[in-house]
Amino acid sequence: MTELTVNQMSPANQDDFFIAVLDYGIGNLRSAQKAFEFVGGRACLVESPAQARGAGGFVLPGVGAFGHCLKALRESKLDRTVVEAIDASLPFLGICVGLQMLYEGSEETPDVKGLGVIEGAVKQLSGTQKRPQMQWNCISRTDGRRPALLQGVGENPWVYFVHSYAPPLSDVVVATCNYGGDVTAAIERDNLWGTQFHPEKSGAVGLSILANFVALCRSLNFHWHL
Amino acid sequence: MRCIRLIPCLDVDNGRVVKGVNFVGLRDAGDPAELAAAYADQGADEIVFLDISASVEGRNTMVETVTTTAERLFIPLCVGGGVRSVDDARRLLRAGADKVAVNTAAVERPFLISEIAGEFGSQCVVVAIDAKRSTNGETKLSAPVKSWRVYTHGGRIPTDLDVFKWAHKCQELGAGEILLTSMDADGTREGFDIELTKAVSTTCSIPVIASGGAGNLEHLSRIVLEGAADAVLAASIFHDGDYTIVQAKEYLAASGVCVRPYIC
Repeated sequence: MTELTVNQMSPANQDDFFIAVLDYGIGNLRSAQKAFEFVGGRACLVESPAQARGAGGFVLPGVGAFGHCLKALRESKLDRTVVEAIDASLPFLGICVGLQMLYEGSEETPDVKGLGVIEGAVKQLSGTQKRPQMQWNCISRTDGRRPALLQGVGENPWVYFVHSYAPPLSDVVVATCNYGGDVTAAIERDNLWGTQFHPEKSGAVGLSILANFVALCRSLNFHWHL
Repeated sequence: MRCIRLIPCLDVDNGRVVKGVNFVGLRDAGDPAELAAAYADQGADEIVFLDISASVEGRNTMVETVTTTAERLFIPLCVGGGVRSVDDARRLLRAGADKVAVNTAAVERPFLISEIAGEFGSQCVVVAIDAKRSTNGETKLSAPVKSWRVYTHGGRIPTDLDVFKWAHKCQELGAGEILLTSMDADGTREGFDIELTKAVSTTCSIPVIASGGAGNLEHLSRIVLEGAADAVLAASIFHDGDYTIVQAKEYLAASGVCVRPYIC
């Protein structure tokens, strides 16, 4: 096992709880951090695997091009943290390109390999609609799925999207939006969640979703320590 | 489904909102952070700050304003005015802006669009275009149009650029959207320039925000239904208290425009 998981499994004071927002040097990550803090979750921007140690949950944000983000992520060595945290079933949330990078690849940058944590490749939005989808849109849960991340936000919550590419419609998809056809909006696999939309920019609904993630992290941490 | 964004725009000079704002219940009607939060609470889909400060001090103040605003704003924030370099963009994005709007500097050096897009992604590059009708001496909105010309420096200086060619060039260079202001309509409160907006929006593959001329709610629905706008920007009809964002959205929804409904 890795250093990371050994540390995670050790009894820890709940007061030490923090969410690691992986900061690999792109864009505005403060907004994700602030949104977590607004809902009462201590969130730290971490720039190296060492700084991520002991985190009760992990967030991988991402904006811009797939290849550009992956290059920066690999240079920061935080790609290892991502893979180790997900392998160890630690609570993990990927946002936008942060979700897309978990797949095997993307049509946006075919020569760059994704992290391959989730099967399949990210595809360009199809149809005659404008790209990027840069708007608020309402999402619907996939039949039979009641993802914990989307608890308490109503049947068809409105959230903010900015993207030209999206993960494939596979069995991990728990919510979709309609934009020239069904588009992946959120995924769930064990303790791994991902949103193609930006919860940190989706007003009260988005804050509820982040609060759900914080609550999930806290309850999962609590159970490990029993 | 295509849903339009309704975007109030605040002109900020040295950290203060310049045009009077008639909101009920504000502690400080000149504080951009408080106003942005109030609009967000009403259901605004995004906020635009336009920095009209003329000085370097004013620009630095804008970074502080963005920092304070972003502390408690959880919808997209776009900041424009005086962005001339990747460093200017970085300062604003780091302070908490989600997008930066470039105008004059992009006309002078179009590659700036690609530089910012390359560094931070196309999604955060908005190109603001100030367009003015070029007619045979007539200035009315109904006058036959020869073409639309791009103006810079806050609409003071005409360029040789044709609006459509420039819009397409911006798109090729990596702009994520276009903020299109009709100088002819701006400030008239007589409605948006539908012809201009439609012509740009239907030929661009990136979203177009229509700006200039909003005077009533019908203007908002017409620029979407007839002008094919992807987003609508307005200032005085909201600031003056003529309509709330909630009323505007209710009207738009009743007119058949897809908008994010207000949920309290």
